[in-house]
Amino acid sequence: MVPRGQEETCKKGGYALSDKEASNAYWKANVRLILWSLVIWALVSFGFGILLRPMLSGIAVGGTDLGFWFAQQGSILVFLALIFFYAWRMNKLDAEHGVGEE
Amino acid sequence: MDQFTLNLLFVGASFALYIGIAIWARAGSTSEFYAAGRGVHPVTNGMATAADWMSAASFISMAGLIAFTGYDNSTFLMGWTGGYVLLALLLAPYLRKFGKFTVSEFIGDRFYSKTARMVAVICLIVASTTYVIGQMTGVGVAFGRFLEISNTSGLLIGACVVFAYAVFGGMKGVTYTQVAQYVVLIMAYTIPAIFISLQLTGNPVPALGLFGDHVASGEPLLAKLDQIVRELGFNEYTTHHADTLNMVLFTLSLMIGTAGLPHVIMRFFTVPRVADARWSAGWALVFIALLYLTAPAVGAMARLNITELMWPNGTDAQAVSVEDIANDPKYDWMQTWQKTGLLDWEDKNGDGRIQYYNDANTAMQEKAAANGWTGNELTKFNRDILVLANPEIANLPGWVIGLVAAGGLAAALSTAAGLLLAISSAVSHDLIKGQLNPNISEKSELMAARVAMGVAIVVATYLGLNPPGFAAQTVALAFGLAAASIFPALMMGIFSTKINNHGAVAGMLAGLVVTLVYIFLHKGWFFIPDTNSFTDADPLLGTIKSTSFGAIGAMINFAVAYLVAGMTKETPQEIKDLVESVRVPKGAGAATDH
Repeated sequence: MVPRGQEETCKKGGYALSDKEASNAYWKANVRLILWSLVIWALVSFGFGILLRPMLSGIAVGGTDLGFWFAQQGSILVFLALIFFYAWRMNKLDAEHGVGEE
Repeated sequence: MDQFTLNLLFVGASFALYIGIAIWARAGSTSEFYAAGRGVHPVTNGMATAADWMSAASFISMAGLIAFTGYDNSTFLMGWTGGYVLLALLLAPYLRKFGKFTVSEFIGDRFYSKTARMVAVICLIVASTTYVIGQMTGVGVAFGRFLEISNTSGLLIGACVVFAYAVFGGMKGVTYTQVAQYVVLIMAYTIPAIFISLQLTGNPVPALGLFGDHVASGEPLLAKLDQIVRELGFNEYTTHHADTLNMVLFTLSLMIGTAGLPHVIMRFFTVPRVADARWSAGWALVFIALLYLTAPAVGAMARLNITELMWPNGTDAQAVSVEDIANDPKYDWMQTWQKTGLLDWEDKNGDGRIQYYNDANTAMQEKAAANGWTGNELTKFNRDILVLANPEIANLPGWVIGLVAAGGLAAALSTAAGLLLAISSAVSHDLIKGQLNPNISEKSELMAARVAMGVAIVVATYLGLNPPGFAAQTVALAFGLAAASIFPALMMGIFSTKINNHGAVAGMLAGLVVTLVYIFLHKGWFFIPDTNSFTDADPLLGTIKSTSFGAIGAMINFAVAYLVAGMTKETPQEIKDLVESVRVPKGAGAATDH
């Protein structure tokens, strides 16, 4: 039984074996990127916004402290940056590993 | 032109626009009905997702909950945006690559089990119906206000409108209508916020005004707000008072619930390519963030305005007089909102003034005794009215008030329509076509979809008459259910080849049942009032409220799935290959249906 991903490349008479390796390496790189992104995701929300807020209480921001800013606005801005960074990085990764759609 | 006519005009014009678009883009085939023919650009899709996503809970309810609680309710802000990170990184691209129409189709195929698909359908219906109840609460508030009738009549009229509206479209109609709804709702939310921010801080950007200086006192806005609420015996606005564990679990529930809600996930089936699914999640969050960065400013500024209206000469001077409330145009909003039954006051000590303060605070009780006050006299202030009343409270022009009424309805309607679509596709596509009668004709399938919408809205309206909480709180329960049931199954389906059919079914059932029972124990069985054994003020397990339990339910789901999968037969090779093919974008092509 030929795995779905390979079917196409076999037909094209290409590089069936290295194709499997390529997708494994691609997946590993993807998982690593996801893990790092999730660390940042948790740090700005659960960390700076809630649990680590006492540590940031010395940094004043507009009548309150940095933790309050992270809880109400900062975390959202970081989330945005994370998603666009991930999309950009993954599109590059798709091309590098030859697993893109085109 | 009086305010009532102006409201009708704005709401009427916006409705005509949506219905016009829905008719223009009417769905012909089932493929168009569910997934808009997959021809939607990521930015358009992001905007439609944002409208779909930002419901009565975000628009009408959330800022009110933040206003009266302060920092502790930042959980709503982080929870309802952080979920998009999970969605973009963990689910959207893979589900798009898989290329089917519904979430339960993915679960059925990945776990090679009709039972798994059925269980997923049940989870979707339970979570979506709970969500619609929250929307109906918001619809009731909005219609009640702008038609100047009671909350209950508003709800009943709203239900008819939602039904008529959702039955028309299907996804294609809904996608373009939702783009229009997004534009209306974001203008309705930000325009009054800009006015108010200019009045209070001189900064035209509300998100910056929040951290700016209060013009009248020269102090930072938040410091001024902290001071004024402290003087009335309330908790300081910016300080942390809530239980930390509960805050963390609640935020996590909202985040993973976001990534488990069918009507949001369905959106990512409608983009042309896998790469677009990644961008779409980002664009959705851009459009959502425009409202979410404004919301905390709306909350804080409204709280300051309300408190200053109740104490026009400062908290040390006399409170507002009953006479002023009756005659001064600044207090007209109190008269109109009193009609909905959601705002009320009572001159308990008969001194002709309305004292608004925290009568549970011991220091305030002493001050009250010294001044002859006999309790807080602003007896009822429903949190859900705050955003809609906000432009009136700030004395903004009539057209802004009309615009806000239209925006609130757009938010509630667009989400209710998206949810009804998810429920109807679960019933007609997954349940009837996938299980009971695979040979059903397209026409009968569409018919079944519409009947399912009708049933869902009747149930939601009935329960919406006695909602288990304010709109955003009811919606939070729906997120907990989605978090505990759907998200873990989807994530394990993509990231682990080990989880087999038995594991997934056992995990979803365990997550759903435990979470549902925990919610019913606290909110009443099937949300029927007075059938609860515990309250969220004194929950069953430690400090974990029923709204926060979804995160625990999700952990139970993961644990049970791993345990059961370890004890039962391994996943077959062709499923492992399927998982591997889902992980790479190559060969995505157009989606298929069986």
